[in-house]
Amino acid sequence: MTMNNQGRPTTPGTAGATLPDTLSGDHGLDHEEKLIFELGRRGICGVDLPEAPAHKARLGGLERRQKIGLPGLSEPEVVRHYVRLSRNNYAIDAGLYPLGSCTMKHNPRLNEKMARLPGFSDLHPLQPQSTVQGALQLIQELMHWLMELTGMPAVAMSPKAGAHGELCGMLAIKAAIAARAEHRPRVLVPESAHGTNPATAAFAGFRVDQIPASGDGHVNIEALRAKLDSDVAAIMLTNPNTCGLFERRILEVAEAVHQVGAFFYCDGANFNAIAGRVRPGDLGIDGMHINLHKTFSTPHGGGGPGAGPVVLSKALAPYAPLPLLVGDANGLRLVEDRSSLPTNSDPFGRMCAFHGQMGMFVRALSYMLSHGADGIRQASEDAVLSANYVLASLKDVMTAPFAEGPCMHEALFDDSFLADTGVTTLDFAKAMIDEGYHPMTMYFPLVVHGAMLIEPTESESKESLDRFVAVLRGLAQEAKAGRLERFAGAPHYAPRQRLDETAAARRPVLRWTEAKIAQAAE
Amino acid sequence: MRYLPLTPDDRAAMLARIGAKSIDDLFVDVPSAAVVDRGRFALPDGMGELEVERHLSRLSAKNLAAGSAAFFCGSGAYRHHVPASVDHLIQRSEFLTSYTPYQPEISQGTLQYLFEFQTQVAMLTGMEVANASLYDGSTAAAEAVEMARRITKRAKVVLCGGLHPHYAATITTLAQLSGGEIIAAPRRPGQGEDLASLIDGETACVVIQSPDVFGLLHDLRPLAEAAHAKGALLVAVLNEVVSLGLLEAPGAMGADIVAAEGQSIGNGLNFGGPYVGLFATREKFLRQMPGRLAGETMDAAGRRGYVLTLSTREQHIRREKATSNICTNSGLCALAFTIHLSLLGEEGFARLARLNHARAVLLAERLGAVRGVELVTQNFFNEFTLRLPRPAEAVIDALVEENVLGGVPASRLFPGDSAAQSLLIVAATETNSTDDIETYAHALAKVLS
Ligand SMILES: Cc1ncc(COP(=O)(O)O)c(C=O)c1O
Repeated sequence: MTMNNQGRPTTPGTAGATLPDTLSGDHGLDHEEKLIFELGRRGICGVDLPEAPAHKARLGGLERRQKIGLPGLSEPEVVRHYVRLSRNNYAIDAGLYPLGSCTMKHNPRLNEKMARLPGFSDLHPLQPQSTVQGALQLIQELMHWLMELTGMPAVAMSPKAGAHGELCGMLAIKAAIAARAEHRPRVLVPESAHGTNPATAAFAGFRVDQIPASGDGHVNIEALRAKLDSDVAAIMLTNPNTCGLFERRILEVAEAVHQVGAFFYCDGANFNAIAGRVRPGDLGIDGMHINLHKTFSTPHGGGGPGAGPVVLSKALAPYAPLPLLVGDANGLRLVEDRSSLPTNSDPFGRMCAFHGQMGMFVRALSYMLSHGADGIRQASEDAVLSANYVLASLKDVMTAPFAEGPCMHEALFDDSFLADTGVTTLDFAKAMIDEGYHPMTMYFPLVVHGAMLIEPTESESKESLDRFVAVLRGLAQEAKAGRLERFAGAPHYAPRQRLDETAAARRPVLRWTEAKIAQAAE
Repeated sequence: MRYLPLTPDDRAAMLARIGAKSIDDLFVDVPSAAVVDRGRFALPDGMGELEVERHLSRLSAKNLAAGSAAFFCGSGAYRHHVPASVDHLIQRSEFLTSYTPYQPEISQGTLQYLFEFQTQVAMLTGMEVANASLYDGSTAAAEAVEMARRITKRAKVVLCGGLHPHYAATITTLAQLSGGEIIAAPRRPGQGEDLASLIDGETACVVIQSPDVFGLLHDLRPLAEAAHAKGALLVAVLNEVVSLGLLEAPGAMGADIVAAEGQSIGNGLNFGGPYVGLFATREKFLRQMPGRLAGETMDAAGRRGYVLTLSTREQHIRREKATSNICTNSGLCALAFTIHLSLLGEEGFARLARLNHARAVLLAERLGAVRGVELVTQNFFNEFTLRLPRPAEAVIDALVEENVLGGVPASRLFPGDSAAQSLLIVAATETNSTDDIETYAHALAKVLS
């Protein structure tokens, strides 16, 4: 019987689950908000622009013939719309956000302020290089930090996110192999890897060969050895890995990989556990991307932007993509093409237009300068301490598959503590929403059944962690006690109840159309 | 350290709960050879806010900000006025500090704006569907080519001569990995492209940029026809989306995939990034699309809501069979785009586009009248190419002395091409006052005299 505001009937069986109990359909601070296209009208504009002076158009007869269909709104209406939308989002500023692998740490506002300095934000990428020396110095300074913290001799700055960095690493490897005139079509990727690893290797034209899991959360080194051969280009290994463990046999991995002439690519998404304490360069890796949007706190912004600089070993450094940053007597200079390459440089190509995510570089450097080397080490240690604290505080009521030793920056649980309760990992996660928390990462990594990956980060106080632990302990006990009402149908206290994802995929509606309104009105 | 809430007492109590004697016990799995001692790094100590600000402000001040000069650079990044409310809104905690909307019940803010963004991009480009953004225009173009190759199962890719060279390089880097064959048409600044003759039965797609890197506008219709006749797709690339306020949408001219840089709307120059890649196509190619998609659905109470959907295309589900490896995209830049475009609306967007064109027409007239200067691009939107009587790079450097950032020398984009030496690519937007334009014309006359 409930009708949504498009006039369409609800899915059968769920009607009336939450009847609007107010006349407006809003609930105090919780407002229902239409799409911007349903709010606008003709004849109004939120920006005052002068009409263009008379001029002779030079458009060659290619003028637009049809209206675009954009709605008109005044500024206050637009502001209100997006403020209202924002209030339907969870955010790290508002609460603990324990998404494992995603590193939702505090995003200092100083970094935002610095990124908006006009000498960085209002700078064109192709201005004469003499007019951007400060920007190039900033990039150079950030490169120094990244190379120093990782103990690696080179870094490619242009990749735009982690996955783009992976691609950069694989392309450098491909170029190095081509330079040796070898044929190495295979890349080894552990079963526990993040989806971007196999996707990247395939994108780069390699055949992905999966290394089966070992059962203890570490890479299965025997299985790895069995797969190593002269046709292997590289291994892509995450360290600390996606189970939240430091790969304790990593030196053996590096040796074995190098023995067959292959390269060791490390997914550095979890560098935040070891930055300032361990240098990946000492572990025998050849390349690793660093998610500035994880380890170095540039905000996730609801899905991006990020930045994924890639540190490279001596063997891969020559193949770093354009542009390159070099210093000479006149200062710093971007090398943007092959005509003026420094010695020993043979770039594999270009990853994107211009020089990388400058806005993210400023934020990351601001974060690094604020911490200093010791502060970065302390942040890593606090992140690891907090994860172990959560693990130690929960492992008697939840099940931690690999908890015989310490974890790194994230604590991994499986769903065996929910066996026979009728509660799934998904239900458990949704119940956390009702308790005021964003859920942990669910069902990743794939090597653990019903995985729940908790990354508290270094940004939480002990009190905050204690409260979080108490809630999870409570939920685990409720599940075991059979109090299913907390889980089935959760969340009850969020802007939306569970959404029908199956229907969304079966009949995709990916945009608003005017026709839909007409249809709804029928 | 101001960002770290744990006190020494907290740390001790936490270690006790864990049953560890010291923090080192938690790092037992690290090989001892790889443990770095405190103080080992050649890096500075931590700084307070004031010191960080001082340091970074000093670096910022060493640059000539676009707003401090008469500014005319384009070539893939454009300086437009972004209303104050845009930057205010995108800095709301709930937008800025949230993750990808994996839990839709508490991410409706992000999901709804992505749905609005997708709708706007589809409307602007004249296409049926758009995704929730890619990194930038150049990577969007490369993804478009990969997608066309998947759809047609063909290897050949024809690139127009007026394609931004960074885009061409990005496409080439990616396409070569999987056996793509790139055929680049000759560069003919200011002249039409003859691409039809390069298309054959092996061609996966033709990539056409309009306005092209020299500013020239192209009618996509004959090319779409030629491509379709051979079973190839037409990929339309745009550097400057504001042009769509005035110009025919690529979708209306037969494009199959549109890949565009969205920076112009809502986003600053930022020395090249972060920007926002727009990606739109026809519904029939939906399942070959890269990137995230927000879709409409209902919640258990029958209320309209939004989710990420069709993720069986994506890396986290499909792994090595995914349509792309992209994960993190340009969410917040997409939000800035959406808010700015919402403020503009139909009327404001068209007016903005007309204003840009009018500024560029005036600039072309004034600069074209300078002795020895020739206008190379006759039909353009807000950017055009000039032929100078001297190498453009030296002219641009001399103009800096007059506090004019006078455009991008073509030699910066096409090094080694002697024909490009004397070409200068110049853009004008609504941010250029008539005074700026007069300043530029006088400075150019002075530098060339
Ligand atoms: C382990 C791991 N690898 C790779 C990635 C991909 O990084 P990005 O999203 O920046 O492309 C992520 C994050 O999403 C990750 O958690």
